[in-house]
Order: sequence, then C-alpha cells, then structure tokens
Amino acid sequence: MIETEQLTKKYGDLVAIKDLSFRVEEGKIWGLLGPNAAGKTTTMRILTGFLPATSGRASVAGFDVFEQAEQVKQSIGYLPENVPLYPEMTVESYLGFVAEIKKVPASRKKAAVDRAVEITSLQPVRKRLIRNISRGFKQRVGIAQALIHNPRVIILDEPTIGLDPAQIVEIRQLIKSLKGEHTVMLSTHILAEVKEVCDGVVIINEGRLMASGSLDELAKSFSANDGVYLKLDKFDGQVIELFKQIPNLKSLQLEGSEIRLEWSWDNDLRPAILKLCLEKNLTIREMRSAAMNIEELYLRIVSGGMEQ
Amino acid sequence: MKAIWSIAKKELMSYFTSPIAYIVISIFTLLSGFFFYSLVWWFNTQAIQMAQNPYYFQQVNINQMVFAPLFHNLSIIMLLMLPIVSMRLFSEEKKMGTEELLFTSPVSVVQIILGKYLAALIVLLAMLGLSAIPTIFTFIHGNPEPVPYLLGYLGLFLLGGAFLGLGIFWSSLTENQIVSAVLTFGTLLLFWVLSWAAYSAHGLWRDVLNYLSFFEHFDGMTKGILDTSDLVYYLSIAFFGLFLTHSVIQFRRWR
Repeated sequence: MIETEQLTKKYGDLVAIKDLSFRVEEGKIWGLLGPNAAGKTTTMRILTGFLPATSGRASVAGFDVFEQAEQVKQSIGYLPENVPLYPEMTVESYLGFVAEIKKVPASRKKAAVDRAVEITSLQPVRKRLIRNISRGFKQRVGIAQALIHNPRVIILDEPTIGLDPAQIVEIRQLIKSLKGEHTVMLSTHILAEVKEVCDGVVIINEGRLMASGSLDELAKSFSANDGVYLKLDKFDGQVIELFKQIPNLKSLQLEGSEIRLEWSWDNDLRPAILKLCLEKNLTIREMRSAAMNIEELYLRIVSGGMEQ
Repeated sequence: MKAIWSIAKKELMSYFTSPIAYIVISIFTLLSGFFFYSLVWWFNTQAIQMAQNPYYFQQVNINQMVFAPLFHNLSIIMLLMLPIVSMRLFSEEKKMGTEELLFTSPVSVVQIILGKYLAALIVLLAMLGLSAIPTIFTFIHGNPEPVPYLLGYLGLFLLGGAFLGLGIFWSSLTENQIVSAVLTFGTLLLFWVLSWAAYSAHGLWRDVLNYLSFFEHFDGMTKGILDTSDLVYYLSIAFFGLFLTHSVIQFRRWR
C-alpha cells in the first residue's frame, strides 16, 4: 500500500533521508520511528506530495507519488505535525472546506462531514469556533480532516504530541479503530505508542533505514533466543535442576530473585514450564517475557548504529 | 473552477470573520465619501462663480472637476489599503502551517493562487461598490457623462487588481504579515513614482519609465479614454505578480 525505493531527499548539502526503502501492507498500522531529526517528517511530506524527493521512488495506494501526484493526494489523508487549522472557522465549516478541496462531491459533503465528526467524536464542538476548543479536540479535528474523504491511506505525523494522558489514550483508541479499513502510517518517538497501536515499524536514524518489520520479526532478528523471567514463591537447587532438564532449554540463569530461561524462537517452552510448575506445586509470582522489548530494541538499533 | 471557488469562499470567510475586511472597507468608504463631499462642495462653489460668465460656464464639467480628482484620490487610498488586504493571503498559511493542508490536497497551486486572488478582488469590488453609492446621486441630480465615470471605476478595479497581484507575491515570500504589507506598499510606491523619475529622464528611458508608472496608465481612464495598452499593462502586472507567486511556491517546495 505504501512503498518506497531508494528514497533520498537533500536540502542543499544536508541529506535529510538517504536510500530509504520500506513497504507497508494494506490495512495495517505502521509506525515510523526514530529520534528527533531522523527524517520522519521529511519522509511523510514526500509520501503526501508536499515535498519532492531528490531521487528514488515512492508509491501510495498503487500510484506513483511523483508521476500521479493528484491520485496520490486523493488517496491520502494527512495530519501534519502542526495541525493545519483555521481558528476563525467552526469545526463544521472547516471540515466542509476540507471536503471541498479533497473533491468530495457536493451531494456527499454533508454525509462526509457527519461521518468524520462521528468517528472522531466531535459532536460536542461541531458548531464551535476552532480557536475556542481544547488541544485534544483540535487534534481530533486534525484527524477528522484526514478522514473526511475516506482515504485508503492515512498518514499521521506525531498524532499524540502535546496531549494529556487521557487525550493520548483517546487518540490511540481512535487510531486503532481505523485499522482494517484504512492503512495507517504514524510517526512517533513514543515507544509505548508503537507497542500499543502498531503492527510494525520502520525505524530510521539520521535519514537512514535501520530496520523495518513487525515487532516480533524485529525482536527475532535482533536476538537469537526467546525467553522468560520467572519469579517463584520459593525455590532451591533441586528446583533449578528440574528446570534444567526441560528439553530444548538453551540457557538458565539466576538473576536476583528471578530465573531467566531461554529457548530458540521456533520452540516455545512456556507450556512446558507451566506444566512443570503445576506438577511440582511451585507457586508462580510473576512470569514476563525476556525477549528484547521495544525500548531495548530501539536503543540497540538507534544508539548502537545497528542495521538490520 | 470549483476548487478555485472553494478556496475563495474560505478566504472571504477569513476576511469577514476577522476585523481586517470591515476596517479596510469602512475606512475606504469613509475617506471616499469625504473626498466626494469635498469635491462636490468645491464644484458647487466654482460652478456658481463660473455661472456669472457664459464662457467659463461652458467649461463646467462634473466629470473633470469631481470624478477625475476623486478617482485619483481613491487610487492613493487603495495604494495604502490594498497591501493590508493582500498581506495575509499566503503569509498566514505559512505561519499557521495550513499550507501543508492546501498543498497536500488534490488542488493545484494555480487553483490555490487564483482562489485567494479572487477573494481579494471581491473585497476590492466591495470597497469600490460602497464608495460608488454616494456618487450615484450626481446622476440623479445632475447629468455627468457615464462613460468616463464607468471607465474611471474600471481603471480603479484594474489598478487594484495589479496592486493585489504584487501583494500576493510578497505574501508568498514571508510568514510575517507586516513585512508582506510593507514590501507591497514599497513596491507600489516605487511603481507610482516612476513617472516623477520620467520627468528628468530623456529619450527611451523616459518612455520606459512612463510606461511602467501606474499613474500614466490610470490618468487616461479618468478622462474617459480607454487605451488597450493600459488594459494590457494592468493585466500584465497582475499576471506577473501571480506568476511570481507560483514560482516562489514551486521553488520553495522543489529546492
């Protein structure tokens, strides 16, 4: 649905992105992840036709971004980082204006506005001036304008930036609800957001692609083993020996009060561990994944300069 | 055309939901009313004096004595007011970040520019339309020649169109509305005073400077003379401004 090939953008001598190639599947939510100034906004601006690339190719919804710009713009809903609002307009008149410039037929304009208002729960502020509504509602209006023409692809640049925790949860729920009917690409540097909302990520740093894929795929490609941290009510050397005898266990380490157990990705030993605990009447206080979490993954990729 | 009208409607809404359009139109109407009243008062005084001499009485002409100076005065007020009308057209979009919405929509840059320009022209029409209301009474109580009168207003509209064309160009270059207005005002003033420079120039230079001056082309129209070269001049200046605006926007995005 979104595909880039060797995409490069230079501002004079400054290389904003270089040889960026990635693919986002239809109906999924994909995160564009990277530190500040990594090139996320530039990438999104190229995909939306706001900026031309210096070289390379990009396609959205099957249309070439450079050669079929109008079809691409018709297929995309875009929320820039600075929500593009006219404070002197009411929410309704603003959405009506966006529907017109997105070429929604006049006969369907009202229905399109109603639908966008309903999806983004803007009913309470529908008739109010944009300058008088809260930051959270403004963000919703921004998302509503991106949805107004029911585009196949939605691109959201930092959609939760500057919101309070309750608003962040609401906006994330809203984004999750778009999955399936729309393909969504969102940029963020909030890792929890990626974990909660996204099916996969494209990680870029200093304009270069560091990794891309689903979170599971990335975790697998960056660490050889899967595993768990196990915290038991009580255990002794005998219990440790029992765990060591679980077939296909690759390693067992004691880390403080926890036991770290590891196995290869294709051989999940969680059922065997639970079965052993039940048989030996061992009380589990906690069991959590020891596979690389998104924070570790991100830091390894970005800080370590590791490329997939 | 539909997209152009959508942009124009939005711009008009912005003009009339802020005080700018109301202030500009009100002051323009007020000043034009004042000048008109003063000129009619002066005309009456002169006419009474001239009526005592049959030769001079034949020289009494309301078009030359009231409307021609009125149009000149209005053109000066427009020079001061229209930079305020054009200053926000692109500057505000840049400042508010809304240009990203416009330029990622399936409307062309040309349609966006024309939509904004059309809205500014409608504001200009409102200014001229309101200023014309008091002058209609001269047709009820007197018999001015309608052709020079209408040509004078056409001249003001074309002149205003040229001013706005240059104004929209400056607003595309900066996100600061004041800077945009000052640059527009400076440019208009420069074009205006070219005829002064022409007095001290000779030969070809004199002709070139005279041709470029706003004043020289406007003068004929207030006397009821419609010259194609004047029309071409004003339309060329407006087109030049819009063309430069398009170039600036494309250059900024493609650099």
